[in-house]
Amino acid sequence: MDMNSDVKVIKVKNLCKKFGDFTANDNLSFEVSKGEIFGFLGANGAGKTTAIKILCGLSYPSSGEISVAGFDVYKQREQLKRNIGYMSQKFSLYEDLTVFENIRFYGGIYGLSKEVIHSKADDLLKKLDLQHARNKRISSLPLGWKQKLAFSVAIFHDPEIVFLDEPTGGVDPVTRRQFWDLIYEASRQGITIFVTTHYMDEAEYCDRVSIMVDGKIEALDTPAKLKEDFNAEDMDQVFLALARKAINIE
Amino acid sequence: MNRFFGFLKKEFYHIFRDKRSMLILFGMPIVQIMLFGYVINTDLKDVKMAVLDHSKDEYTAEMINKITSSGYFQLIDNLESIDEADAVFRKGDVKLILVFEPDFGKKLIKDSKGSIQILTDASDPNMANLEVSYLQGILQNYNIEINKEKQMGTAIQAKSRMYFNSNLESVFMFVPGIMATILMLVSAMMTSISIAREKELGTMEILLVSPLNPLQIILGKVTPYLALSFINALVIVGMGYFVFGVPVLGSFVLLMAESILFIFLALSIGIFISTVAKSQQVAMMLSMFVLMLPTIILSGFIFPIRNMPLPLQVISNIIPPKWFIVILKNIMLKGVGFEYVWKETLILLAMTMGFIGLSLKKFKIRLQ
Repeated sequence: MDMNSDVKVIKVKNLCKKFGDFTANDNLSFEVSKGEIFGFLGANGAGKTTAIKILCGLSYPSSGEISVAGFDVYKQREQLKRNIGYMSQKFSLYEDLTVFENIRFYGGIYGLSKEVIHSKADDLLKKLDLQHARNKRISSLPLGWKQKLAFSVAIFHDPEIVFLDEPTGGVDPVTRRQFWDLIYEASRQGITIFVTTHYMDEAEYCDRVSIMVDGKIEALDTPAKLKEDFNAEDMDQVFLALARKAINIE
Repeated sequence: MNRFFGFLKKEFYHIFRDKRSMLILFGMPIVQIMLFGYVINTDLKDVKMAVLDHSKDEYTAEMINKITSSGYFQLIDNLESIDEADAVFRKGDVKLILVFEPDFGKKLIKDSKGSIQILTDASDPNMANLEVSYLQGILQNYNIEINKEKQMGTAIQAKSRMYFNSNLESVFMFVPGIMATILMLVSAMMTSISIAREKELGTMEILLVSPLNPLQIILGKVTPYLALSFINALVIVGMGYFVFGVPVLGSFVLLMAESILFIFLALSIGIFISTVAKSQQVAMMLSMFVLMLPTIILSGFIFPIRNMPLPLQVISNIIPPKWFIVILKNIMLKGVGFEYVWKETLILLAMTMGFIGLSLKKFKIRLQ
């Protein structure tokens, strides 16, 4: 993992987000380097989703300075959106469209030309060994394939950063492992990975991990360092040690 | 623009690959028109009737003969007394009883006036109404015939009485009502379900994260339904005209323009519903109960508004299809121009603006 370049693609300084009296994000500050795999952890209700929405340009922060892929979240949403990818637990492919139709649709809304879409789609299907399924409907594919395809579609337009919101929810361990191979590969190509997960073994795969509790980032470091600091054997224990302090767990 | 076409293409795939959507889009209008069309326009055939003939003379015999040979009516019973009427109706076979007064023929010649009573089973009011008018038609013809042949200035008077439902309303015109219902169904319900589906599947998040702006997403979602609804409007008017002879007396262009306005209104309602509904199920329930039921019951489609209790009459004013049906009836059946429907048009326009405004407001709150 090459971190020497150390270009910061996500810069967050004093991010606050309030809904009335409730503070969902309380003064968050962190930076993410290009190509880094950044784990964004926290119990449900800790404020992860709120923060991701702000970083993706879906909602405005109440205050703070935030730039993503070099674009300001207040003023440059359009460019910001062009330069990020997003995938959620739901895989986000249209079940009633074929593999290629999905690729073409998503390529199309990111403004890729027809020729680019065709040539990239061919490469992609070859890489995933899915050429035979090109004209099959998504609904007929097994879950593992859908998930890989969804990830590939999320980075089809070569974004700077891809946000993965619990991408491996409900998937078996083998498929999860394979999925992480794809993530590593994307990271090697210089795509920054911003990932949330419930699986603590997956947290170990990240270059750095932040753990949110009650709207604040309570810990942020490499998994090894965190385990050392908390005198823990694995990330699970680190997480539990922090989560016990929470008042907002759903 | 390219992006937008890509989006439209995807929407059409969704629609054309979903059997349910296809059925609602193309099966529904045709089935509805056929159903309503034939309920109202059915030629009567072999309606079972009974006769109570207090006179039993050549005139009554001839009239009964005329009626039964018309093919519309079939004589299955001769009654002896009016007291039997109720029992006969309750048994269910006989739908209509024809009563000749005593000395019908004699009075006809002497006073040039004979009375006939028609009793019908109006537990099915539309049929009862039809039967009476058919029978009156036959009697009318007979009346003219004997006037001519026998040089008599006679007049046979038929007085009808509806059993089980004495305040029968006139037959409704069904094409405007079907048009309003179908356009509402296709535009509002189908769009709201289709938007809710994207939310449910999580693809809406992806679309919102993409460089497409919300307006493009919404336009992409509604444009296919606008097109398909318009085709439906053409099909309905066309079928009404060619199959059932429902006229378009006024301007066809005006009719279509008003239809497009109504489609816009229905689409904006659909968008509004989808801002409230998180799942397809909720969107469907909302459309069904908030849109379809009022459209069918309170819009004047089936039940005349002036016969409703006052509170319902007041409520009917906020039912958009009510105004659309008024416009359609005016243009199609009365053949009037825009100067007679501008008020209703303005109301529809205001409602459209209102729903778009509400949707925008809801959407902004969600994004804040």
